[in-house]
Amino acid sequence: MENSMGRHETEMNFKATELRLGLPGVDEMEKVPSNYSVLRSNKRSSPETSEVESINKTNLNTSNTICHDQDNAPPSNGVCRAQVVGWPPIRSYRKNSLQQKKGEEVGMYVKVSMAGAPYLRKIDLKVYKSYSELLKALENMFKCTFGEYSEREGYNGSEFAPTYEDKDGDWMLVGDVPWEMFMSSCKRLRVMKGSEAKGLGCF
Amino acid sequence: MRENHPQKTTEDDNRSSSIPDLARAEIAESSTSKNRTGLSEPVPGSNQTENPSPFPDQVLENVLENVLHFLSSRKDRNAASLVCRSWYRAEALTRSDLFIGNCYAVSPRRATNRFSRIKSVTVKGKPRFADFDLMPVDWGAHFTPWVSSLAQAYPWLEKLHLKRMTVTDDNLAVIADSFAGFRELLLVCCEGFGTPGLAAIAAKCRLLRVLELVESVIEVEDDEEVDWVSCFPNEGQTHLESLAFDCVECPVNFEALEGLVARSPCLKKLRLNRSVSMAQLHRLMLRAPQLTHLGTGSFSANENVDQEPDYASAFAACRSLVCLSGFREIWPDYLPAIYPVCANLTSLNFSYADVNAEQLKSVICHCHNLQILWVLDSVCDDGLQAVAATCKDLRELRVFPVDAREETEGPVSEVGLVAISQGCRKLESILFFCQTMTNAAVIAMSKNCPDLVVFRLCIIGVYRPDAVTQEPMDEGFGAIVMNCKKLTRLAVSGLLTDRAFEYIGRYGKLIRTLSVAFAGDTDLGLKYVLEGCPNLKKLEIRDSPFGDGALLSGLHHYYNMRFLWMSSCKLTRQACQEVARALPGLVLEVINNNEDAVNDIEILYMYRSLDGPRDDAPENVTIMQ
Repeated sequence: MENSMGRHETEMNFKATELRLGLPGVDEMEKVPSNYSVLRSNKRSSPETSEVESINKTNLNTSNTICHDQDNAPPSNGVCRAQVVGWPPIRSYRKNSLQQKKGEEVGMYVKVSMAGAPYLRKIDLKVYKSYSELLKALENMFKCTFGEYSEREGYNGSEFAPTYEDKDGDWMLVGDVPWEMFMSSCKRLRVMKGSEAKGLGCF
Repeated sequence: MRENHPQKTTEDDNRSSSIPDLARAEIAESSTSKNRTGLSEPVPGSNQTENPSPFPDQVLENVLENVLHFLSSRKDRNAASLVCRSWYRAEALTRSDLFIGNCYAVSPRRATNRFSRIKSVTVKGKPRFADFDLMPVDWGAHFTPWVSSLAQAYPWLEKLHLKRMTVTDDNLAVIADSFAGFRELLLVCCEGFGTPGLAAIAAKCRLLRVLELVESVIEVEDDEEVDWVSCFPNEGQTHLESLAFDCVECPVNFEALEGLVARSPCLKKLRLNRSVSMAQLHRLMLRAPQLTHLGTGSFSANENVDQEPDYASAFAACRSLVCLSGFREIWPDYLPAIYPVCANLTSLNFSYADVNAEQLKSVICHCHNLQILWVLDSVCDDGLQAVAATCKDLRELRVFPVDAREETEGPVSEVGLVAISQGCRKLESILFFCQTMTNAAVIAMSKNCPDLVVFRLCIIGVYRPDAVTQEPMDEGFGAIVMNCKKLTRLAVSGLLTDRAFEYIGRYGKLIRTLSVAFAGDTDLGLKYVLEGCPNLKKLEIRDSPFGDGALLSGLHHYYNMRFLWMSSCKLTRQACQEVARALPGLVLEVINNNEDAVNDIEILYMYRSLDGPRDDAPENVTIMQ
């Protein structure tokens, strides 16, 4: 089993010995509730129709190429999902357009340093949708707290403050500009001591 | 949407399609030419014992032609052409728009032989499922044989509309060279060409009014990229009324574009690609305040501008703007710029704009006249509720998923669907992607929106039952076909048993297009549809357990259809062979991606054809004889 499935290992062991139709090693997509059993026969399996309690995506006609959609980053729980070709019915043109947008931001990795720490970390900014998410992640990563942000006083009163270097090479306080502008201009992050951060800001 | 060939049966023609019809049509066609020569002028010098005025037949033909000139509807023309030989002839002489619904249903030669005075041609190629990568890349739909026939037969051709065709740069060059009066080129979902082809069109079609590239794939090889926008004539005013290149991925020469727009006083529709930034858009809008349709390009900033221009004023200056699209890289901070035009908008396409509910609300609250709205599901049920509250005149709604993967929950659901149905009573067309749905919501829509003509619901989770009751989605779709009496197009999804198809067969009498995926239990499902839906023209089915019995139950109807697509079903080669034998006017293409499968069919693509099987099929396509 892949490492990414680590935390499902116990569950997977039961599943490994479970009798079911379908390719081994692929996650079950969903279960049809047991009060509704459905007859589905796979052309490739035995000719007799068999009662199947759970619908597994691999029970579909496996002559249909099931491929792993490489363009989609695996979801954060680490499980890679198999995708059926051509489903859902969205034109490749449209899919590519939306993915391209995301693709441009993929790998929006920025270095994060912390005052007093000898090492750097790297985070993917693309994963976060807002300042609160980002700050929470930073707090977790560096075991610190930033306190409340206010436009006037920044992170006044807290021991640490998040800052970033923007495209122009200036060090700014995280939270001053709209999120989108931050995303497109942030080159790297630094968790500064509260006292260091006092002089920062746009105005 | 009928093809133009003589043996088609009209909608009100009750005779069943059979081989004699084709033969009769052949005879009709050949006798046409005989009659032509038969009706010659009286031989000069001969004793004219008859009245010296023209033959009554000749007069009738002239009158007929004059009258038939007024027929514009294809359906009417097809009906008129079946009345008798002289009506057939007169109609052929007076038809100016040629519609070919399936490029392989008739040969270019046959079409140009029949119709001699065509000014506008539409050709459609691949079936819709090709859009979803279900067909081999090199399957066909080549425009080349068509372009050479058309160039020969119709040198005065003005308009060309192609959909899902493979078009090459060479084809475009031939178009540019062959038609002196060429005015309109529409390429929808086409591929195979690049910027060199566009350059040829720009450079040589001096009377060009419309150049629209819609969701087409423009191949860009770095060394072959041509600055096509600069190829438009550099001096003098152009005749351009519509220029749409939002699907062209490579950047365009902005200076040339700006110059072009400045020299195009008739320009009403402009759809920019994502390489055009907000600031550049601003400059273009200042040049063209007369625009009615605008595709905004990226709608974000490329560079840091010291002083941002007043975008809102530019939009306000476009008093005639009724349709907005684009927003390819949208920077939501710029949204207020479009507020001034919202009240006049009848069409808004946000389907590439990842906006949330609040951002949508800020715009939609002004859009009282909106009739067409395309959005991403990022707007959530909340956003849809706002739409329902304001857009009372909405006719068409499309909700696309940002994330196309199967999830247990999604941002839009039955809540949004019910809200729309309650607020937008005039809804005629809906395409809705969601992760889960309930029968109750679909039933509600069927009752609240009786004017629905198109109902396409795509529950992304395959085999998903009703999210609340866990029952199949049969009743929901049943209600749609029962209550929406004008329904002509239906796409089903979710957990569906044969019952759903029983409903469709019983009530879906006007349905012309039906899309089915991962649905049904037995052959009965497909039988219900084939036996119950007399107007069915296009049937596309994938991953459903319909087999030979079902296929054979439709023999009475297949000549009336544009095509049948069945992939990953339970068909065997034998059944296909049987159909091919029973109906020689059909072409059955069997496409197997897996070489091992001997008996089982992966893809069956079946369509009627007057000229037999094509000769340009790739290796993995077998044509049943």
